[in-house]
Amino acid sequence: MVPSRSSRWAREIRFLLGDPLLFIVVFLVLSSLVVFILYPLARVVATSFETPKGFGLSIFLEVLNSKYLLQGFWNSIMMSTLTAIGGSLIGYLFAYTISRTDIPFKKLFHIIAIIPVVSPPFIGAMSIIMLFGNNGLITYSLLGINNYPIYGFRGLLFAQLITFFPIAYITLRGVLESISPTLEDAAMDLGGSRWQVFRKVTLPLSIPGIASAMLVLFIETMADFGNPLILAGSQFPILSVQAYLQITGMFDLPTGSALALLLLVPSVTAYILQKYWVSRKQYITITGKPTTSVIKSVHPVAKWGLFGLCLFMVMLILLVYLTILWGAFANVWGTDNTLTLKHFQYVFGVGFRAVLDTLTISGISTPLSGILGMVIAFLVVRKQFPGKHFMEFTSMLSFAVPGTVIGIGYILAFNSPPLVLTGTLAILLLNFIYRYIPVGIQSGIAILRQIDPAIEEAAVDLGADAKKTFFRVTLPLMVPAFFSGLIFAFVRAMTAISAAIFLVSSRWNLMTVQIMSQVESGRLGAASAFSVILVGLILLAIFVIRAILLYRYGRLGGKLLNI
Amino acid sequence: MGVKLVNITKVFPDPHHPGKEVVAVRNVSIDVKEGEFVTFLGPSGCGKTTTLRIISGFEYPTEGEVWISGKLVNNDPPNKRDTSMVFQSYAIFPHLSVSQNIGFGLELKGLPKETIRTETERIMAVMNLTNLANRRPDQLSGGQQQRVALARAIINKPSVLLFDEPLSNLDAKLREQMRLEIRRIQKTFGITSIYVTHDQGEAMTVSDRIVVMNEGNIMQIGTPFEIYSRPANRFVADFIGRVNFFEGTVTRVKEQGISVRFNHGVEREVASCVQTVRPDEQVLVVVRPESLKLFSKGSAHKGTGSNSRPVSERILQRNPVQTNALCGQSFLEGRIDKVVYLGSVCEYEIDTGGEKPVLAVTHNPIEEGFFQPGDLVSIDFASISAHALPQGN
Repeated sequence: MVPSRSSRWAREIRFLLGDPLLFIVVFLVLSSLVVFILYPLARVVATSFETPKGFGLSIFLEVLNSKYLLQGFWNSIMMSTLTAIGGSLIGYLFAYTISRTDIPFKKLFHIIAIIPVVSPPFIGAMSIIMLFGNNGLITYSLLGINNYPIYGFRGLLFAQLITFFPIAYITLRGVLESISPTLEDAAMDLGGSRWQVFRKVTLPLSIPGIASAMLVLFIETMADFGNPLILAGSQFPILSVQAYLQITGMFDLPTGSALALLLLVPSVTAYILQKYWVSRKQYITITGKPTTSVIKSVHPVAKWGLFGLCLFMVMLILLVYLTILWGAFANVWGTDNTLTLKHFQYVFGVGFRAVLDTLTISGISTPLSGILGMVIAFLVVRKQFPGKHFMEFTSMLSFAVPGTVIGIGYILAFNSPPLVLTGTLAILLLNFIYRYIPVGIQSGIAILRQIDPAIEEAAVDLGADAKKTFFRVTLPLMVPAFFSGLIFAFVRAMTAISAAIFLVSSRWNLMTVQIMSQVESGRLGAASAFSVILVGLILLAIFVIRAILLYRYGRLGGKLLNI
Repeated sequence: MGVKLVNITKVFPDPHHPGKEVVAVRNVSIDVKEGEFVTFLGPSGCGKTTTLRIISGFEYPTEGEVWISGKLVNNDPPNKRDTSMVFQSYAIFPHLSVSQNIGFGLELKGLPKETIRTETERIMAVMNLTNLANRRPDQLSGGQQQRVALARAIINKPSVLLFDEPLSNLDAKLREQMRLEIRRIQKTFGITSIYVTHDQGEAMTVSDRIVVMNEGNIMQIGTPFEIYSRPANRFVADFIGRVNFFEGTVTRVKEQGISVRFNHGVEREVASCVQTVRPDEQVLVVVRPESLKLFSKGSAHKGTGSNSRPVSERILQRNPVQTNALCGQSFLEGRIDKVVYLGSVCEYEIDTGGEKPVLAVTHNPIEEGFFQPGDLVSIDFASISAHALPQGN
């Protein structure tokens, strides 16, 4: 007798009912995902089809007929595509240089390349204005050019490449390091030249990783809000900014929603491609013993060429960040560069509320989001229940949904009963928790896949029930991953802008939003001082979490899971 | 009381063909007596591990009953079953020390700290682990991890110990040592044990009885002797050890054994048969390589020393049984094709003009000497070492 599909489903439900704790957790998680992720999105969709005469397409027709709005859509797509291609190319070359050559200053290059990842994404744009803008250090002070046209396509692409290539670098470095150098040794041993080895072995094996990095950069650039708000200007409209301006400037919720929907579709498409197509194509290198190979597959000329490229990128990043640092201490940027502490006095005086609010919100939401992420990762990897795929898809969806869309969704969804949250701490917390669960889920899933299920089975076999197994065995093994996931979630929460800008109020404000409004009112000094404090706080938090990890788990080190 | 499986069937969804199903275990029944050591042996994918996981409770049977110590446990989760498992990967908790790992089960039972400590120390003494008590699992060798896993399983005093290929991650020498160790510990504590392996040497060493499985079905249950010398079917004969098959027809059925006329015309006595057969029935006769006797018929090439020739007279003196065979026509004749000298034994492939070469083994080559490729030999066997299977079995 062979049980049919439906009876398996019935069995899963019966199993779920037989384990009340599991049932309650699954039910709570699923319903909260529906309320705080799907419902706001549904409201965006619904509102964009809402017309005075009921349900209809008239708003979309209006958008499609507006040359200006449509231009924003195409600009966003073009900017995202170019950033994806350019950023992945630079990221790949950077990763290849770091993982496959013996250039000097590798460690330093790596650290500098990581800086943009752990800082607010609009710092690039700010710095470019300070360097190339009207009072720009390079354009005005050095070259004496007035009104250099940095606003628009060129400036924005430059900012986006600097901001997002490090993400491609981190992904692709992981990909390259998972390709065993023995494969390249083998290809060389079989008579391949250095170039052939790269062309025929290394590159083909990295293609899925490159595709994945490109899709991620596309999603990130589509969603980015800070850089275009500062740099795009009116000649080069960008969709996420347009949606924001429709709502906060013209109070036109339906048109804003329609633009948000236009923003959502390409992002989610790229996400689905990434998750269900590209990730399936990843190669798994089968290795015997891990080998350390002497680096030799890169020709000296190529090596120093790559070194030059990396040095150039590293210099650009340093230029961007040192400019901000200088700006924070300069009296009036561009005209009076004498050093002063007045911007910091401002931040610690009038602006200090925003600093405290940001820390409160990130400090509360990050651990909650991390725990929720671990729970979902555990359920998805280790448990069988109906709605499992739905849970995985929905919780990871936040990664693909641009912040602008979710921000608009939240003001639409939680501005009216049953849940009125506008202007409260809760709306910011909930938004942050559900936006950053994918970080926790990813690190949770990664670690659980490494923990042999037999270890948990052994605990059950020795008499532990589900709860004891989780708390005595699984959780202690997940803790290190939990903390390292926490770092990224915290960084993201501290630097969030695109969704949060819709949700802040006079009672609860954020540093990022403060920085944006300082930039808009031309107070670059205060904006820089805020940015310096923000990056400083993030670095401090990373340092503290790492110290805790090292102190608690240092003696186990990476070996914790190598059994 | 032991363990009883009644008509266990397990069906899984097919991972390669969504919507379809595969039967992992089909109608498996066995009665394991208290204190008995039973091994499930078979090629990978034969359903032996699934059967073990059904007994431990990590899989639920699609059909059938699992009885442990006289209690039906079909719906009990693993933590409610009185079984302890030794995992293939050992599954030692990486965040706990050796003694914490071993005491884990007692701690879950909520026993007082003092009891846990004395019990753990006692078990560690038996298992030679005392000096490793505070080590971290990643500081242990494979054999030490194995002993920790076994100690952790035994300390709970389970009614049944389950082993899932516990030695497959060890090197050959340690494997042989550990299987004797496992048998010793099992005898010391008298725990009913069920062991899964694909290594027949392991199964022969540790088991009271062996269950041979293939494609989800039980092929034979028997003592190591029965499984090896009296296989129930062609699969078992082929899977356990090396084997020669000779085809023939039954000519006479006697009280003890049968007479078989082989396809190449020679007639011989065969001492045992799987089931009753009638004259004129086709049979497949199983003879193990070491049961074949080889006699020199000369050499196809010259110049080999006399010490490489078995002295047939000496064999005759020691094995008078074979006189009969020698007096009449020899069973088969052939030419030595390949020789593998293994030290304690010598293995041969002999070309007798058939489809497959005949396999033979001689012992003590230092004293008895051994053949060279090209040597001509006659081959025979004693009826006691021959076993008949009905054709198509």
